[in-house]
Amino acid sequence: MSARATPPRRGAQRTLGAFVRKELHHIVRDRQTLAILLVMPLVQVLLFGYALRTDIHDLRVAIVDPSPDARSVRLRDRLEGTPRFRVVRTATTALALEDLFRRGEADVAVVLPARFGESLGRGEPTEVLLVADASDPNTGTIMQAYVRAALAGFEADVTPQAGGPVRIRVESRMRFNPTLESANLFVPGLIALVLTLVSALMTAISLSREKERGTLEVLLVSPLRPWQIIAGKVLPYLGLGFAITCLVLLAARLAFRVPLRGSALLLLAESVLFTIVSLSLGVLVAARTESQRAAMLGALVGTLMPTALLSGMIFPIASMPGWLQPVTFIVPARWFVVIARGIMLKGTGLAYLWRETLVLTGMAAILLVAATRSFHARLD
Amino acid sequence: MTASAARAEPAIEVRGLTRRFGAFTAVDDISFDVAAGEVFGFLGANGAGKTTAIRMLIGLLAPTAGTARVAGFDVATQAEQVKRHIGYMSQRFSLYEDLTVRENITLYGGIYGLSDDAIAARTRDLATRLELERELDERVGRLPLGWKQKLAFSVAVLHDPRVVFLDEPTGGVDPMTRRQFWERIYVAAAEGTTVFVTTHHMDEAEYCDRVSIMVDGRIAALGTPAELRARFGVGTMDDVFVRLARPGAAA
Repeated sequence: MSARATPPRRGAQRTLGAFVRKELHHIVRDRQTLAILLVMPLVQVLLFGYALRTDIHDLRVAIVDPSPDARSVRLRDRLEGTPRFRVVRTATTALALEDLFRRGEADVAVVLPARFGESLGRGEPTEVLLVADASDPNTGTIMQAYVRAALAGFEADVTPQAGGPVRIRVESRMRFNPTLESANLFVPGLIALVLTLVSALMTAISLSREKERGTLEVLLVSPLRPWQIIAGKVLPYLGLGFAITCLVLLAARLAFRVPLRGSALLLLAESVLFTIVSLSLGVLVAARTESQRAAMLGALVGTLMPTALLSGMIFPIASMPGWLQPVTFIVPARWFVVIARGIMLKGTGLAYLWRETLVLTGMAAILLVAATRSFHARLD
Repeated sequence: MTASAARAEPAIEVRGLTRRFGAFTAVDDISFDVAAGEVFGFLGANGAGKTTAIRMLIGLLAPTAGTARVAGFDVATQAEQVKRHIGYMSQRFSLYEDLTVRENITLYGGIYGLSDDAIAARTRDLATRLELERELDERVGRLPLGWKQKLAFSVAVLHDPRVVFLDEPTGGVDPMTRRQFWERIYVAAAEGTTVFVTTHHMDEAEYCDRVSIMVDGRIAALGTPAELRARFGVGTMDDVFVRLARPGAAA
């Protein structure tokens, strides 16, 4: 009877410590889940890197050159000299193309205008038509992008001064990924996906498990404050998410030489920020669902699917229908993918990424408050 | 134990406590006192308002009207103080099955701010009392239900709360284990902890110092089991309960 409650301030720390320790026990005890959480990201890196590669080798190119001259031949040479390309046909009219595409003998056609060389020489804007076999739209886009990149290279060769005459639009993200290796583009998105999985899904499950088993009620009756319960749940998974981020980065570097051009510290800090956002979402999902199963489904549909589909990690946001693009603004991963790609591929720093960082910080603040509130609203 | 009811401040003091959910009044203007060290049975059929009332007393639900003081603190305005001085065992088993006995004790000791030394001492003491010395590092999930329940109770009173709330603590337990469980309750009460217990088992109602019976959100009867039996002219608490909860059946 000697040990009635200790003074509140010291008690608060002990209380949280005891709770975090317990949460770590849960994580470590559940070996199977832990193994899945650690191995799955690695499998995903390999899957995304190898199986889901969207870069295409051996691209079959047809060239239509109505008026061959020195400049157009130089362009043809350049295309032929690109290891990825194989020029299957050179014609003087576009008539041959229809047949070529239909028989599936060419993937992309580059159609030069009449007097291509002349107008280039005069420095006039010159339009080049790109036709791609887009029966698989994604591949079509990518093939076009390859050719555009090659054309841009040609443009730079011919006219080294600024403002090239060949009107070619090259998407900015590719400019920083000149070889267009898909692993480079996927890995930043993959980090977002894995972090969402670990933080949102696992928190939602672990919290709703307590709800389902009735232990949460006991915690709410204890001197633990709602923020302590949230913190106790969130901290261990924050650590786990951090470890997994490092693991993915390392695997991507070793297996695919994915670069990390910017600050690793900044990237990790941003990952922590993103993890906090995801964790809060997980808490919110758990607060609104009654069973583990419902929480899992909620987390999958509410966080994992938007991350995979709407973050721009697989499908470029620019190619989404107009009405869908603004929807991506509320997907945290969308901002994180921009940040991670910026840091990893472009080597940019906070000076350029402050807007995205600010959005994520705002989301984190709002969601954390909402998550804590959802526990103040007493269990009914 | 009734002797200690004469002590100055009641452990629980409820005045006009009311909780409405929309148009439905779950708890309708109830008032009662529970003396320190008393074993108080809180009875009622399902849906009578027991759970709502207990949730207000432990600070999980805000009252619509009326006041309640638990361990000397107001549940509406001093919920954090109330939480420090009560223990709670829910109808669902409330320990973590994937943690060991020792880890569960350490967790709850930590949550209630006990020092490491105190936790170690309590753990030893508890293991001896419950004859769990060999199972201390066993996961709780592997223990038989009866042991789990005794352990859950011991953990609920680990921090020497002034009041412990037991919400149907003996669900699904055989009569023998229930008896043992009640022995633990008496020990805690004898050491000065007030016990507030809800139950369906009318034989357990007989073990209480006093019982209240809720019907439709109100307290229909309150007194010692002997008083209630005498007032209704029946031989067992079961009959008292049937009279009150289902008046049609008894008439």
